[in-house]
Amino acid sequence: MAKIKIDREKCKGCLLCVSVCPKGLITQAEKLNKKGVKPAQFSRRAISSEGGTPLKAGKKGGACLGCSLCAVICPDCCIEVWK
Amino acid sequence: MIKKINNHPKSLRKIPTHYCAGCGHGLAHRLIAEVVDELGIREKVIAIAPVGCAVVAYDYWDFDCSEAAHGRALAVATAIKRVRPDNIVFTYQGDGDLAAIGTNETIHAANRGENLTVIFINNAVYGMTGGQMAPTTLLQQKTATTPKGRDQKLHGYPLKISEILALLPGVKYIERVSLHSPQEITKAKRAIKQAFTNQIEGLGFSLVEVLSSCPTYWGLSPNQALSWMREVMVKEFPLGRIK
Repeated sequence: MAKIKIDREKCKGCLLCVSVCPKGLITQAEKLNKKGVKPAQFSRRAISSEGGTPLKAGKKGGACLGCSLCAVICPDCCIEVWK
Repeated sequence: MIKKINNHPKSLRKIPTHYCAGCGHGLAHRLIAEVVDELGIREKVIAIAPVGCAVVAYDYWDFDCSEAAHGRALAVATAIKRVRPDNIVFTYQGDGDLAAIGTNETIHAANRGENLTVIFINNAVYGMTGGQMAPTTLLQQKTATTPKGRDQKLHGYPLKISEILALLPGVKYIERVSLHSPQEITKAKRAIKQAFTNQIEGLGFSLVEVLSSCPTYWGLSPNQALSWMREVMVKEFPLGRIK
């Protein structure tokens, strides 16, 4: 089962990863990081509003594919992909 | 057992950059670092950093770098390459650096057919100085110095430096790529790799024009900026191999 790890302190909150995730598993965190921005966060299961804003609510859910699209588009190398 | 499938490039330091959220410079830096790692030229490569937002690129790349005065990166690169022909020398320049103040150096270095690689970041605006109009700004595009949009009667047309350079016999390879989607980013990396390979093989002047986003001075969110590139910018600056 694939997963990603997002470096929440390095993330600048541009949310480009949110826009490319085919499963809609990345959301914006509610809690600020030390930079003072709300970073992206990964949830293993389908989106819920718990702990994150459901930016892509209603999009087809499912587990992470390990497709790396988020890591490819991240301008700040914040995302590690595990597969 | 799951394994990590993407590694942080060795040629890129693990420090946060000063770029705004969603800026294309971070992506371009990473693509170059990945290409340098893959070609195994980290000990031989010398980068010339520009003046502009990427002026401190030497803080982020973990290989030899030099800084040049505004627009003069290709003049400095020419000198370094002629003195040290075994090194792989590339310049990393924005549109204000390469296409405005450095047009002279750019055209003459290309015309001499110097065996160099140029990574030209085109985001259609001056970033470091506060979002003023660049030569590559699109018609009707609003900037700090064109608040009603760029008017061709007053400001002329967007400068297509890649098409101009493609006319010169000294130029070996020119390709325009974009960073607006993961697919295009993959193509951009392939083009950058080709440009470095050309220099290793001694083929001559290679330039990759990378369309990049500037959400801050376009006044858009990072996602809207990518949509704007896809829908507007790519029509003015068509992608693909130019020479």
